[in-house]
Amino acid sequence: MRTLSLVDLMAFLEGLQWTLVLVVLSFVFGGLLGLALALLRTSNIAPVRWVASAFLQLVQGVPLLALLMFFYFGMPVFLGVEVPSLTAVTVAFSIYSGVFLGEIWRGGIQAVKYTQWEAAASLGLSRWEQFVFVIAPQALKISLPATVGFLVQLIKGTSLASVVGFVELTRAGQIASAATFQQLLVYSIIAAIYFAICFPLTQWSRSLEARLNGTG
Amino acid sequence: MQNLNFQQVLRYQDEFLHGIVNTLEMTAIAALFGLLIGVVGAVLVGNGPRPVRVLIKAYIELIRNTPPLIQLFVIFFIFPSAGIRLAPFPSACVALSVYFGAYAIEIIRSGLASIPKSQVEAGECLGLTRFEVFRYVVLAPALRNIYPSITSQLILLLLGTSVASQIAAEELFHTATFVESRTFRSFEVYALISAIYVALVVASHIIFAVVGAFAFRWPVRR
Amino acid sequence: MALVEIKNVRKSFGALEVLKDVSLTVEEGEIVTIIGRSGSGKSTLLRCINGLEDIQDGEIFVEGQQVHAKMKKLRELRQKVGIVFQAFNLFPHLTVERNITLAPIRTGRVSKAGARALAEKVLAQVGLSEKIDAYPEQLSGGQQQRVAIARCLAMSPDLMLFDEVTSALDPELVGEVLKVMEDMASRGMTMILVTHEMAFARDVATKIVFMHQGRVWEEGPPSELFSNPKTPELKSFIGSNH
Repeated sequence: MRTLSLVDLMAFLEGLQWTLVLVVLSFVFGGLLGLALALLRTSNIAPVRWVASAFLQLVQGVPLLALLMFFYFGMPVFLGVEVPSLTAVTVAFSIYSGVFLGEIWRGGIQAVKYTQWEAAASLGLSRWEQFVFVIAPQALKISLPATVGFLVQLIKGTSLASVVGFVELTRAGQIASAATFQQLLVYSIIAAIYFAICFPLTQWSRSLEARLNGTG
Repeated sequence: MQNLNFQQVLRYQDEFLHGIVNTLEMTAIAALFGLLIGVVGAVLVGNGPRPVRVLIKAYIELIRNTPPLIQLFVIFFIFPSAGIRLAPFPSACVALSVYFGAYAIEIIRSGLASIPKSQVEAGECLGLTRFEVFRYVVLAPALRNIYPSITSQLILLLLGTSVASQIAAEELFHTATFVESRTFRSFEVYALISAIYVALVVASHIIFAVVGAFAFRWPVRR
Repeated sequence: MALVEIKNVRKSFGALEVLKDVSLTVEEGEIVTIIGRSGSGKSTLLRCINGLEDIQDGEIFVEGQQVHAKMKKLRELRQKVGIVFQAFNLFPHLTVERNITLAPIRTGRVSKAGARALAEKVLAQVGLSEKIDAYPEQLSGGQQQRVAIARCLAMSPDLMLFDEVTSALDPELVGEVLKVMEDMASRGMTMILVTHEMAFARDVATKIVFMHQGRVWEEGPPSELFSNPKTPELKSFIGSNH
C-alpha cells in the first residue's frame, strides 16, 4: 500500500485522455447514426418510421451497462471473433449516442415550421436541397442546447467503460484506489475532474437555450 | 458462430426473478427518498434563506455533472470513513436517492413555478389559507405538469440501478454477471436481461399512462 | 360608517408612483364605477382594496377594519369581499361545483352535505344551473365569468369588486355578464367596478369616479359627470369613448 502521489495523477490524466477519445469517437459515429435515424423517423414511408422507432425504443429501454456488456462480451462470443476492447466499447457508446442524438435531432427537424419547407420548395429546390440548405441549419440551431446537454451525458456515460476494464478516467481511479486504499480521496478527485469538464458544458447548454428562447 | 443455448441460462430463473424484485425494490426506495428530497429542496430553493439556496444549487450541479458510478463509489466509501458499516444494497439506495433527488428538485421546482400567480391570487381572495391554496389550487395542476418529466426520470432511475452491481449490490445486473461467470453464455445472458429491462420499461410506460389518465381527468387548454 | 374608506393612499411600483394621494368613500348599497385611461391607476386602486397590492402611504378600511394589517385578519376580510378578475381565474382541475364550493367548505360556511345545494342556488342566480358538473375549459368565456361571479356569491360577500371583467370577452358574450351584474345591483349588493362599459356606468352606477394620472380627477353621479364634465381630461375621455 502506498500513498497517493504524482504518479497517480499522471495516470488520471492518461485515463482522461482515453475518456475524451471515447467521447469523440462515439459522438462522431453516433452522430452519423443519429442523423440517419432522424431522417428515417421523419420519412414519408410508414414502415420505415416504425422500424426506426422500434429500434429506438429497444435501445432506450436498456441500461447503458447492458448495451456495453452485450457488445463487449455477448457479441464477440456469439460471432466467435476477438474484438479489440476500444472497438467494442466504441460500438456500444456509438449506438447509445446515435439513438439519443437521433431523437434530439428529429425533434429539432420537426420544430422547424412547415412553412419553411414550402418556401424552399417554391424556390425550386429538391427535397434533399431543401433539407440541407434550409431545414438542417435551423434544426441544428434549435437542437444545439439539447445536443450539448447530451454531450455531458455521454462524458458521464463513458465512466461505465471501466466496468469492462477499459482504462479511462474512472478505471484509473479504481486502480489508484485499490493501490492506495485512499478511496474517498481518489474518487473525490476523479469527481472533481469530471465536474471540471462537464460543468462548463452544462452552463454553455443553458446559455444556448436562453439565447434560443430570447431570454439570453 | 457459436450455438446459442438459452436453456443453460434459464436454469437460473429463480436468481433472475430475485434480481428483478431487488431492482424494483431499489428503484422504489430511491424514488421515494428522492421525491422527498425533491419536495423539500424545491420548497427551500424557492423560499429559503440565501445560503440554503446556494447549497441546494451546488448539490444539484454536483450531481448533474459527475457520473452516477463515481457518486456511488464516493458514497460507498464515505460511510466506512465515518465509522459506519453499510451493506452494498442500502449504500446503493442512498446513492440513487441522492442522484434522483437532484433531478427531482429541478422538476418539482419548475412544476410549482408553472402555476400562474393569478390562480394563487384567486384562491387567496376567496379566503383560503396559504396551505389550502397549495393543497386545493396548486397541487393537482402542478402534478399534471410534472408528470411526463418525473415519470421519464423514474424510468431512467430503473435503468440506472444497474450501476449498483459495481459495488456488488444484489439487483438484476449483478445477477447477470453472476450467471455469466457460471455459464460463460455471455450473449444469452445479456440478451436475456436486456429483454427483461425492456419489458420492465414498457410495463412502466403502460402503468404510468394508465395512472395518468385516471388521475388527471380534467380537460386541458386546447 | 362607510363600507369602504380610502384615505390618502399612495402606491408605487418601484420608482413609478401609480396612486398619488387617493381618497374615496363607498357607502353600503352604492354602485361605484371607476373609469379612466390605461395607466390611470384604476385597477391598482381596486386591487389595493382587498389587499392584493400593498400601499406605501395612507389607509384603507373595509367595514371598519384596516386592510393592510395581519395576514389572518386579511383572510377573514377577504371572505367578505368578492373579486372577479378579467381573466376569470377559475380552477381548471375542478368542476364548476367544486370551484364554487371549495372556499365555503374550507372556511366553514357550508357543510359538505349542503355544498351542492349552495352551488345550485348561486348558479341559478347567474343562469347556469345546467353547467354544475362541467369543467371550466368546456365553457365559453361569458359562462366562465358568470361562474366566477357565482363563486364569489357563494361566500355571501358584503362587497363585490370587478376588475374589467368584460374586457377579455368576445362582444356577443359581454351582455350576459352585464345582465348578471345588473341583477346583483338591483338586489342591493355594494359593488365597485373598473370598466370600459360606459353604458353600464351611465345606467346602473350610482357614482362615477374618473381617475387620471393616479388621482381621483372627478367624482359624482353619472347624470352630472356625463352631461357636465368639469375638466378637459374627462371631456376628452368621454368624447373618445362613444
